[in-house]
Amino acid sequence: MSRYILRVENLTMDFGGVRAIDNLTFKVPKGSTYGLIGPNGAGKTTVFNIITGNLKPTKGKVYLEDEDITGIKPNKAVYKGIARTFQNIRLFKSMSVLDNILIGFDRAAKYTYFEAIFRLPRFFKYEKEIRQKAYELMEIFGIREFAKYNATALSYGNQRKVEIARALATNPKLLLLDEPAAGMNPKETDELADIIFKIKKDFNLSILLIEHDMKFVNKMCDLVTVLDYGEKIFEGKPSEAIRDPKVIAAYLGDFTHA
Amino acid sequence: MKKVIYLILTLAYLAFVYYAKDMFDAYTLSILSNIGIFAILALSYNLINGTTGQFSLEPNGFVAIGAYITALLLIPAETKLDMFALTDPAPIVLKMHADFLPALLIGGVAAAFVALLLSFPVFRVRGDYLAIVTLGFGFIIRILAINNPEYTNGAMGLNDIPSYADFTWIGTIALITFVTMLHIVYSKFGRGMKAIRDDEDAAIAMGLNTFKLKTFAFMTSAFFEGVGGGLLASFLTTITPDQFSFLLTFQLLIIIVLGGLGSMSGTLVATILVMGGMEWLRFLDEDMVIFGIHTGAHPGMRMVVFSILLILMMLFARRGLFGDKELPEIIEELKEKFKKSSK
Repeated sequence: MSRYILRVENLTMDFGGVRAIDNLTFKVPKGSTYGLIGPNGAGKTTVFNIITGNLKPTKGKVYLEDEDITGIKPNKAVYKGIARTFQNIRLFKSMSVLDNILIGFDRAAKYTYFEAIFRLPRFFKYEKEIRQKAYELMEIFGIREFAKYNATALSYGNQRKVEIARALATNPKLLLLDEPAAGMNPKETDELADIIFKIKKDFNLSILLIEHDMKFVNKMCDLVTVLDYGEKIFEGKPSEAIRDPKVIAAYLGDFTHA
Repeated sequence: MKKVIYLILTLAYLAFVYYAKDMFDAYTLSILSNIGIFAILALSYNLINGTTGQFSLEPNGFVAIGAYITALLLIPAETKLDMFALTDPAPIVLKMHADFLPALLIGGVAAAFVALLLSFPVFRVRGDYLAIVTLGFGFIIRILAINNPEYTNGAMGLNDIPSYADFTWIGTIALITFVTMLHIVYSKFGRGMKAIRDDEDAAIAMGLNTFKLKTFAFMTSAFFEGVGGGLLASFLTTITPDQFSFLLTFQLLIIIVLGGLGSMSGTLVATILVMGGMEWLRFLDEDMVIFGIHTGAHPGMRMVVFSILLILMMLFARRGLFGDKELPEIIEELKEKFKKSSK
């Protein structure tokens, strides 16, 4: 068994003539929280999309534990144990908070189409089971009281929580969070950090996250990789990243040539 | 408590369906039957168009498949020999025969099978493209019906179809359709279909096999449209290819949009309004006396009024009568509002 939950090796991604990711390699140790940071357009979300199978890389491999999952179908990636949230929250707008989270439990409810139509006992058994689990999840995130509300009626911070809860419902080993703290106030950010710590322990997760809020990254991440124009410019502890001259140059612009 | 109410409602409805024959005259019964058949078609159309949000325009094709197969299974061989005027019927057409219920089921299964085959090309495209591809399918079925007279008797259509489909049959099958649709909508499959409607990429990212879900919705929809087509054939006792033109799809589309895309109970109410409304407004075509002035007969006036009513309804209820909610949810919401306002 590998020490690493996720290995990305020599990843290159071209969009036409634009090289979005250039020969990127990094490893996410099991049980760690790993940060992927960098200025806008650095290719962070592209890396996410490759890991979840939404994009097929031009070159390079992605390994989950020791299995090659490069170019896997996005829904199969979920079966393998990768769950994600989106940069711009993408909840199911017409559905309640409860139903949104139940979507994550789709695979856990093992009844067939005919069992649903004829309302056979297995239907009730599994529906009861996943509802109970969904309520437990909502309890952890403190959104239980909103169960019957329409998902879009919630505040931004709570919608984020619903999205993470929905991802957790798929029973992942690796959770990909795309800017989880974006648009949140400091209080909500702290609250979210606490929840992420808790679920990481409770669900035995490894987490890969994209984030701009360096305070949040510093608090959450064990290791970070900094990307700029698709290239890795730094790998190591977050506290060192913010002192690295290359990283500062990438974020603030390179003053030596100005 | 709720279960008891639903049980009582179901029993009351079944009693109504079984004793309707003795309570109403033939004209009323035919209107009721028409509403019942359109309810079956609209409910199943709503599953793919409303719940799953796949804007498709093919139900006339599936209804035609169900209608022709059921009709050919019901008509006795001698009658077929007399009826086929353009060419002799194909041997298989002469051989095929079944009782009413099996004939309906075979019609439905055939439509569902065609839907399965169709789902491979159509669900590769999304949105407007899906509408165009499925629209094409509806046209193809009609043209096939016209141009294969050894199977369908061409443009002359089939007549003398044994009339088994009375209101008892139609009403019972409409109930079965309604319950089946609700059972699908309130299960993980229905949730998945709604998720596809809201955001297909997010649904895939949650591990849903969206192609499978769309195909399930499409096949279920086709099955009941096929059964509805069989009922229509036996109810009208005569069918021609022109009955299954795009206008049929269009009529169903009006019903489900008026009822609210995704709402099964809304579709039922809309079916009664649209199909019943066409009949109840019939007096407008006739000569009327308003303040002592004879208006004269204006055939077609009811369609004018009907269209204006439809426009008004859509203006005041943009998302259809019930939105995407079911009746009990709406009652619940009204109760909440009433509580708040009375406080």
